[in-house]
Amino acid sequence: MKRKAKTKLKKATARIGERKTAGGEVGARRKNAGASTTRGPELEPRDLLEWQRTMFAAVTRPLAPGDRAQTKWFDGTSSARAVAKLIKPSATLRPLERVEIYNRMYWFRLLECIATDFPGLRALLGDGRFWKLAEAYLKAYPSRSFTLRNLGAKLPRFVTAEAKWTKPHAEAAGDLARFEWAQIVAFDDEQLAPLTKKKLATLNPQTLRLRVQPYLTLLTCHHAVDEYVLAVKSDSALRAEASNAVTERTVSDGGKVALVRGKRIHIVVHRSENQLYYKRLEAEAARLLRALMSGKPLPEACGAAFARTTFSPEEQAAKIQAWFSLWMRLGWLCVRE
Amino acid sequence: MPANSFNGYTDYGIGLGLRVPHYRHILTEKPTCAWFEIISENFMVDGGRPLEVLDSILEQYQVVQHGVSMYFGSADRPDRTHLKKLKALVKRTKTPWLSDHLCWGSVDGRYTHDLLPMPYTHEAAKRTAEKIKYVRDFLEVPICVENVSSYMEFHASEMTEWEFLTEVVERADCGILLDVNNIYVSSKNHSFNPYDYVNAIPAHRVGQMHVAGHTKFEKYILDTHDHPVLDPVWKLYAHATKRCGVTATLLEWDDKIPSFDEVHAEALKANAFIGDARAAQNPAKENAGSRTMAAGAREGGRA
Repeated sequence: MKRKAKTKLKKATARIGERKTAGGEVGARRKNAGASTTRGPELEPRDLLEWQRTMFAAVTRPLAPGDRAQTKWFDGTSSARAVAKLIKPSATLRPLERVEIYNRMYWFRLLECIATDFPGLRALLGDGRFWKLAEAYLKAYPSRSFTLRNLGAKLPRFVTAEAKWTKPHAEAAGDLARFEWAQIVAFDDEQLAPLTKKKLATLNPQTLRLRVQPYLTLLTCHHAVDEYVLAVKSDSALRAEASNAVTERTVSDGGKVALVRGKRIHIVVHRSENQLYYKRLEAEAARLLRALMSGKPLPEACGAAFARTTFSPEEQAAKIQAWFSLWMRLGWLCVRE
Repeated sequence: MPANSFNGYTDYGIGLGLRVPHYRHILTEKPTCAWFEIISENFMVDGGRPLEVLDSILEQYQVVQHGVSMYFGSADRPDRTHLKKLKALVKRTKTPWLSDHLCWGSVDGRYTHDLLPMPYTHEAAKRTAEKIKYVRDFLEVPICVENVSSYMEFHASEMTEWEFLTEVVERADCGILLDVNNIYVSSKNHSFNPYDYVNAIPAHRVGQMHVAGHTKFEKYILDTHDHPVLDPVWKLYAHATKRCGVTATLLEWDDKIPSFDEVHAEALKANAFIGDARAAQNPAKENAGSRTMAAGAREGGRA
């Protein structure tokens, strides 16, 4: 049975200034945040750029346990004293409490975005480990894009490189992260003019180099991530960029769905008529598609597909014809200019 | 000002923010709505469902772009890739004006994805105005800057927020998207009179207004956009329209979003607060707002 988990962003944010310990899911993920002791950003900034660097550092600092702002500044002195040099108190809030509102919103917004884009990974790891992974990722790869759409782009790489956050599920986590990012790509990446039969008839097959649609990703995994994510996802929500309003989101978890290591599988994540689809390929088809994606001419790509096969030449020809027919019908193939 | 250079000389009436939960209803039922405000970033993609939805909306409705990531106040130079994508979208939507926030949110190429308040200094006003002018010249579309809700004030500030807003828009010669809910929220958080704010800004530059709901907590108010508009905000809106004229007005409802009809009904409450302003502005066109709305939806054209 699926269990719904809601982050209480608004309520957690509302606790600022009330001296209560934030509890619940968000609070539970803040066990290991510690204060660093470097010199820290400039507290007497000379210009707007330096002022913004200091405020950026204050707003994006990792939260302390209980989702509070860290009590120690970067240099080990009092955060309250440091931020009071920049921020005025209000009638009801001290300077550190005021910056804490933004500090929390920064982390909640970005963590929720990662959770929304990687629901399968969250279900696999469980909330506690997922939040630690997401926080470590965002520290290593802070957003460098104007859009939250790209926030998780490097998470697959991070999961592969930093197995400590996901072990003993490191391989499964890597497969899931790549699969879930591929869905983001399939959702809204570019579509090129697909190769048509008419166009194909005008091209020399001996020298023809093809490519696939930019929105298509071919994955090789050892886990049935497609089945797992289908079981986990509660809907196919369209991404909506946050406004400055504080938001609250719902993410389903995986309940008791299992993700066990199995045979190697090849999955294409793509879209058709703007709907997301996953399609498994047999090994030879995957090798052919990968060879085409790498820029190999058509004859060489076909040769690569059946390099280690027992299929007869007739069977190979029949398969290639069937695959091309299907892939062209799905609009996957394009001419490499 | 119902129609001015800052909103492309349009008279759009009362609109709604285009939100995902309403897509199906809008695309299938084609309800009457004067115009939709889209979040630009949701459609600054290279393909797929978002652009398909947008194109369908554009066939039926007037659309205005509202951004959340230009960060006019960031000291960084504008990102050319960002601007090119935005310009492509501007060409697609033919938005008569484009709005984004008077705030900062990125530095050294790193983004907070938040709308952070500015230090109200002359240096910041100058740099912000230069950036607005640069963006406007690049995009070739009128720009309105929106005042944000905020929870901090800075020692570095040399003036009030409304003085800062005025200095920026005068220097940039741009419009104002006056968010009366944000004024109200900030007035409570920073202990100022919201009417002082509305009375001080250059009224002739207001090209659009926002209204929204907020949430009160024990020690401050949070801009949540998840409630109907509260009475003090409607009253402030009535005052703002009296001073600035009846202009394009947009209800923001971004979380716990009810049905389209409920959100639309909430937005249309604005009509009850602009009667005096409309009559004073142009007695002969006392009902122009409602006529414009109906015409907009029926004809699907752009002013």
